[in-house]
Amino acid sequence: MGGRDTALVLLDENGIRCDGRKVDEPRRIMIKAGGLKNADGSAYIEFGDNKILVGVFGPRDVHPKHMSNTDTGILRVRYHMEPFSVTERKNPAPSRREIEISKVIKEALEPAVMLDKFPRTAVDVFIEVLQADGGTRCAALSAASVALADAGIPMRDMVAACAAGKAADTIILDVNNEEDQAGQADMPIGYMPSLEKITLLQLDGVLTPAEYKKCVETGIHGCKIVYELQKKALTEKYFGNGEK
Amino acid sequence: MENKRKYVIPGDVITTGPYRPEQNVILDGNKIISTAIGISEIYDDSIKVIPLTGKYIPKIDDLVIGKVISHTSLSWELDINSCYVGFLPAQDVFGRDFSAHADELSSKLKSGDLVAARIANFDRTRDPLVTIADRDLGKIDSGHLVKISPSKVPRLIGKRGTMIQAIEMATGAAITIGQNGWVVVSCETPEGLLKAKKAIQMVDEKAHVANLTDQVKEMLESKGES
Repeated sequence: MGGRDTALVLLDENGIRCDGRKVDEPRRIMIKAGGLKNADGSAYIEFGDNKILVGVFGPRDVHPKHMSNTDTGILRVRYHMEPFSVTERKNPAPSRREIEISKVIKEALEPAVMLDKFPRTAVDVFIEVLQADGGTRCAALSAASVALADAGIPMRDMVAACAAGKAADTIILDVNNEEDQAGQADMPIGYMPSLEKITLLQLDGVLTPAEYKKCVETGIHGCKIVYELQKKALTEKYFGNGEK
Repeated sequence: MENKRKYVIPGDVITTGPYRPEQNVILDGNKIISTAIGISEIYDDSIKVIPLTGKYIPKIDDLVIGKVISHTSLSWELDINSCYVGFLPAQDVFGRDFSAHADELSSKLKSGDLVAARIANFDRTRDPLVTIADRDLGKIDSGHLVKISPSKVPRLIGKRGTMIQAIEMATGAAITIGQNGWVVVSCETPEGLLKAKKAIQMVDEKAHVANLTDQVKEMLESKGES
């Protein structure tokens, strides 16, 4: 952890981070709704150097049949990293980490989607990470929620996600790969902005109670920035630029 | 606009106050929140969102266009462009005295046939039961199938059928609209057929645009002159 790479300065004396950002500044974010013709809903996100494509199918028949639930529809999520998404070739078979992130994203989306209207069906979310640079689960979650809305799945609210963390003893917004490797803490947060509810909260590292509180607040601030971009992406696709 | 239409996405608070939530909205405290991408409409005491995307969900008494997928010795299964398959029992076609030994289902409807059907019964526990025993229902012998998004069907019909009447009048085509987004167009002249198909696709693409009926009429007329 800390100090492994001595040449890397995470935060300089002017409060500028290793990639030139301020402490409370997220990376450049671009979200596009739609784009895949054959999927029922889709989204593409660029979150700094992360590039992620999400396709959603459903509600549709459940296969295998025994997975179906007579009371409600089920949500299935697959998070997958392309072999070329990282510097060293990644084995395309699902790793322990990918299975875990799939589960975490699924559970972060479940409070938002209202699948009780579609018993005996499944909604499948396929997340493909084309290029990874730290914070893929947040970017993937944000894109997945746009894709679900695009597919017309009823949702209580959008889920926006952004990470906060601690590096060089300072709470920072949107942790990148270097800060994740060399920093002191990383906290991905999924948030429903209208309902003001947290759907995902993980923490890797050690924080004091005061730092923890500040970290959550910083993360939520980031989620709200992401939410505005999600809104913009959907508005652009469905209503053109003629905002009424 | 008249009844305060607004573009909304899931999670948007449409308004607060004592309104009755109807389609695609939920009540959270006193906030009324949209659950779909669409256009919100506020009436005197209720609020609904007309969705712009999403699959077809069967409703009792809906007219749908279905495609026969397969049959057993007792019933057909229809693809009705939904997450559920339509279930068409053989008694519906052969009548009360249907016998699984004597009657062969494929003699009436084969895989791939298109039928106009009505949703007879549907609830959460079973697949939708459809019927073709009524006037104007049954096998479709001729026409072109156009697929549009099911959420845009109300737009294609228009207020009290104005849009569809405009298209039928201008092209001389007979159009059957299934609530599931499948539309069958049949017309005597190939020009009328092409024009009607184009108009339907135009409605599908531009469903959110205001005064679309006028635009469609304009398109139909301009083509007529050339």
